[in-house]
Amino acid sequence: MTIKGKAYLAGVFEHPTRKADTQSLAQLHAESAKGALEDAGLNRADVDGYFCAGDAPGLGGLSMADYMGLKLRHIDTTETGGSSYVIHVAHAAEAIALGKCNVALITLAGRPRAEGMATGTAPRNYGSAAPDVAFEYPFGPTVVNQYAMAAMRHMHQYGTTSAQLAWIKVAASQHAQHNPHALLRDVVTVQEVLDSPIIADPLHRLDCCVITDGGGAIVVTKPEIARSLKRPRVPLLGAGEAVKHQLGGRIDLTYTGATWSGPAAFAEAGVKPADVKYVSIYDSFTITVLITLEDLGFAPKGQGGKLVADGNLISGVGKLPFNTDGGGLCNNHPANRGGLTKVVEAVRQLRGEAHPKVQVKNCDLALAHGTGGSLATRHGSATLIMGRE
Amino acid sequence: MAVTKARAIPSPPTNPETQACWDAASQGKLLIKRCAACGESHWYPRALCPFCGSDRTEWQEASGRGTVYSYSVFRRAPVPYAIAYVTLAEGPTMMTNIVDCDLDAIRIGQAVRVNFKATEDGGPPVPMFSPA
Repeated sequence: MTIKGKAYLAGVFEHPTRKADTQSLAQLHAESAKGALEDAGLNRADVDGYFCAGDAPGLGGLSMADYMGLKLRHIDTTETGGSSYVIHVAHAAEAIALGKCNVALITLAGRPRAEGMATGTAPRNYGSAAPDVAFEYPFGPTVVNQYAMAAMRHMHQYGTTSAQLAWIKVAASQHAQHNPHALLRDVVTVQEVLDSPIIADPLHRLDCCVITDGGGAIVVTKPEIARSLKRPRVPLLGAGEAVKHQLGGRIDLTYTGATWSGPAAFAEAGVKPADVKYVSIYDSFTITVLITLEDLGFAPKGQGGKLVADGNLISGVGKLPFNTDGGGLCNNHPANRGGLTKVVEAVRQLRGEAHPKVQVKNCDLALAHGTGGSLATRHGSATLIMGRE
Repeated sequence: MAVTKARAIPSPPTNPETQACWDAASQGKLLIKRCAACGESHWYPRALCPFCGSDRTEWQEASGRGTVYSYSVFRRAPVPYAIAYVTLAEGPTMMTNIVDCDLDAIRIGQAVRVNFKATEDGGPPVPMFSPA
């Protein structure tokens, strides 16, 4: 059994705010949901499946169903950090294919800026019952220094350079200049990335994503309903999900779960990396993009540096246009969870609704990938391949 | 030369499953777990082997010797420190800090030895490493 062609991404919405001083968390979820339903041409009463993750307030899906007044016959609160929403799209398609729901709503929202959260630089502690916490928290693991260790190892093992990583930020900034909602719209150069302060060796400030408030939502529905709507149709063609962890202490920081989720998605869709016209790649840090592109098969392992350099990720310039909204590096990283907005920009590209300056010509096959958690040691990986009808 | 400075080290939360590891740490010994069923050593220590699922895991005293697998000096922290993964001579790789050294001289592949450091609130010492 496959989900290929069994479900469509009918509505997407990216909340325009980047600092939500006047909205509550539940409100941001609901405003995002409203936006995606309006985009699809559906309404709240059509929703019978709901998906959310750890960013949802209170009792999560229960609290948000209560707030929004949803009548549900299917709920899924799979939590894999920033990749959750990419997995939710696949799980929604599975539920739709099995007849468990007809219209699935996925929401994300957060207020890390308004709440003054020390997002990337405070040591992570998931509570004393987390089995790993005693063996890690004393050593000060933060988001940034953990991803930095993956970058350091990749550089050591494969000769990847800071300049190559900087090209990823440069490409994102080239795209973000055209996005009026992007938090950072200034175009930057490789040298400016290299001249920005080191946060954790070898990652510079401009190797790191933005911190933003906001949210987003996705509506997934069955073919019969998708055909009745007035929007361009975006079928889900393939999906893969995986969890990569510490392997009992056989830690390898040079690859991610995309090594498994990517081939699963390509196999289900019946396509290969060379067929893909546009990619949305989770970009918490520049190194996340580089390793993920290797793992998905866009470059041999260790040669991602050559793939991303020299503007190759810039739409209209390079061979592999990526994150044409400016991505997490420049545009938006709502709730410190970037998976959902990756799907949103891929759908815009497939509909031909990206900004004209970054729209990929004849974009009929796109990939969106999410990474959530600690890179290479405890993360969820999720890959979606979508088409156009 | 940026020498490591003392940083307040949070004490590790202990539980019955891992108490022996912390009791040994207080005596300057690094205990890891080895599975009597499959023979594999693992880290962090678990009652059930992550490789084969057996509950026949046993404490094994490690030599305390290892090499740096990767590291990062967290320059932005109020007191910069080096987080690292060290691969023990016995096989498993563990998260740690590299301490009592020149932060700028740490290298991947460098030989290191365990160097237990005290934690806050009277907690057990934790295994950090220094150049061998």
